[in-house]
Amino acid sequence: MKFLRDTWLVFARQLQLQIRQPVWVVVGLLQPLFFLLLFAPLLTAMVKQAGGTSESAYQWFIPGLLVQMAMFGTLFAGFGIIAELRAGVIERMRVTPVSRVALLFGRTGRDIVTLFVQCLLLVVLAIPFGLEVELGPLLLMFGMLALIGAMCSSVSYGLGLLTRSEDALAPIMNTFSFPLLLTAGILLPLTGAPGWLQAVGDVNPFTWAADASRDLFQGAWDTATVWKALVILGGLAILGVVWGAREFARSVR
Amino acid sequence: MIETKGLRKSFKGRGKTGTVEAVRGVDLSVSDGEIFGFLGPNGAGKTTMLRMLATLITPDDGEAMVAGVDLRKDPGEVRQRIGYVSQGGGVWDDSTAREELELQARLYGMTKTEAKIRAEAALTAFQLESFADRRAKTYSGGQRRRVDVALGCVHQPRLVFLDEPTTGLDPQSRAHMWDEVRRLRDLGMTVFITTHYLDEADALCDRIAIIDHGLIVTEGTPAALKREIAGDVVTLGLNGASARAGELLDKEPYVNSVEPVEGALRLYVEAGAAAIPQILRRLDDEGIALASIELHRPSLDDVFLAKTGRSLRDEPAATKGA
Repeated sequence: MKFLRDTWLVFARQLQLQIRQPVWVVVGLLQPLFFLLLFAPLLTAMVKQAGGTSESAYQWFIPGLLVQMAMFGTLFAGFGIIAELRAGVIERMRVTPVSRVALLFGRTGRDIVTLFVQCLLLVVLAIPFGLEVELGPLLLMFGMLALIGAMCSSVSYGLGLLTRSEDALAPIMNTFSFPLLLTAGILLPLTGAPGWLQAVGDVNPFTWAADASRDLFQGAWDTATVWKALVILGGLAILGVVWGAREFARSVR
Repeated sequence: MIETKGLRKSFKGRGKTGTVEAVRGVDLSVSDGEIFGFLGPNGAGKTTMLRMLATLITPDDGEAMVAGVDLRKDPGEVRQRIGYVSQGGGVWDDSTAREELELQARLYGMTKTEAKIRAEAALTAFQLESFADRRAKTYSGGQRRRVDVALGCVHQPRLVFLDEPTTGLDPQSRAHMWDEVRRLRDLGMTVFITTHYLDEADALCDRIAIIDHGLIVTEGTPAALKREIAGDVVTLGLNGASARAGELLDKEPYVNSVEPVEGALRLYVEAGAAAIPQILRRLDDEGIALASIELHRPSLDDVFLAKTGRSLRDEPAATKGA
């Protein structure tokens, strides 16, 4: 009970502060727009050259883009915790009886809500371009995005607490996030890739997420791909959150 | 209010440096309702001790009762009963004083209504109303510091730890902070304070303790500690000839001890008025030119120097965060 209450307190504060920081809101909303307006036409042109329709290009691209946003939007959450450490806010809260894990969960919750707003905006904006989606699969899609967000932001907070320096965290994040993104077949399909690259893609959980996401946008929510992705991401989310929480409890005793 | 016995903490050093024993068995006793000053050079174990008492780090060994609770058995209950204000403070730039106070009160378990009332009371008590709803990034150093202290006291703890509350403040804000600290004591709170300023410790604290190399070297009221240093202090300003003059004067019968401090020499003598002519004569005989000479009663600075062999004022930059 106390844990839930504390989580809510931390969540509400973090959300309030985020809304107050207009730069973050604008940047967060602009990012999906950039992909929609600056990258999607490029992809559409390629699909048309190959004989497809522009609608089918969006139907393929947007689901993957949502997965990418879930990864990138939350992987950099760790920078926030470093700033808070430096400002003394974390220490100030540590001397209160607040639940230690709530300090993490409240923040992760905020990250997921932010992610939902961004993703919802992207979906709504893509509909005029020919994107089609049903409500049921979309809800399941957001569930999957929440799992990705919970995992990535927890890991990011954990790494932030471990490194305690933006200069160390930035290269770590870039080193891991870009290979994960590229081998997940989000920006371009992996179908034409050499065998070894496809093999790398097969063990990348985000490949599963992107594939499942596309299935969901086709209205197929009970395919093997979807369930596998949910199980894999669910397991990874649990691992990520547990590790992040332990890191929090260890350094924020 | 605080009672420790043999409190210890060591840290694993990086690489080959091995273990650093930051606090090596501290016995400390702080009574209810006093302002207790905790002094020490950087790296002496001051901050480690403070952070242990405030539950931020766990002791390796020893016993401690803080605000009536066993620190090692129930740190959660200690947290509920104490307030802690860190050296750097902890106000978020985009928050306002009122928001931070309300949140802090809620983190201590108060309901929304209670928290609002407490925050309002703290705003009034610490005179923060005029900027209560402005963002913290617009606050002056003194205003921010007062918000920090208010945050540490919003749940009305019986014991509050203030880690160098006046460092970096201008003289006026410092005086204001002293008044706040005295007001807290008058409300019945016990204030445990660390400071870099010995004049502050002298003026503000009911009792002080000096820690050095992880051990308490002395403890008592400022007046009693100063009385321990018998006689007078003569400070000589010497242009570069300190070492030779020190050697010379140390042999004189009327000089109890000699301490070099940054280009000057401090002599502890029985009676200043009688010693000064003799000092002048001795230096003149040797042809050592004197830049200045000063006679004063022992201050806490002299106590500090006598106990630690270092002057707190002239201490070089910190080598270790402990």
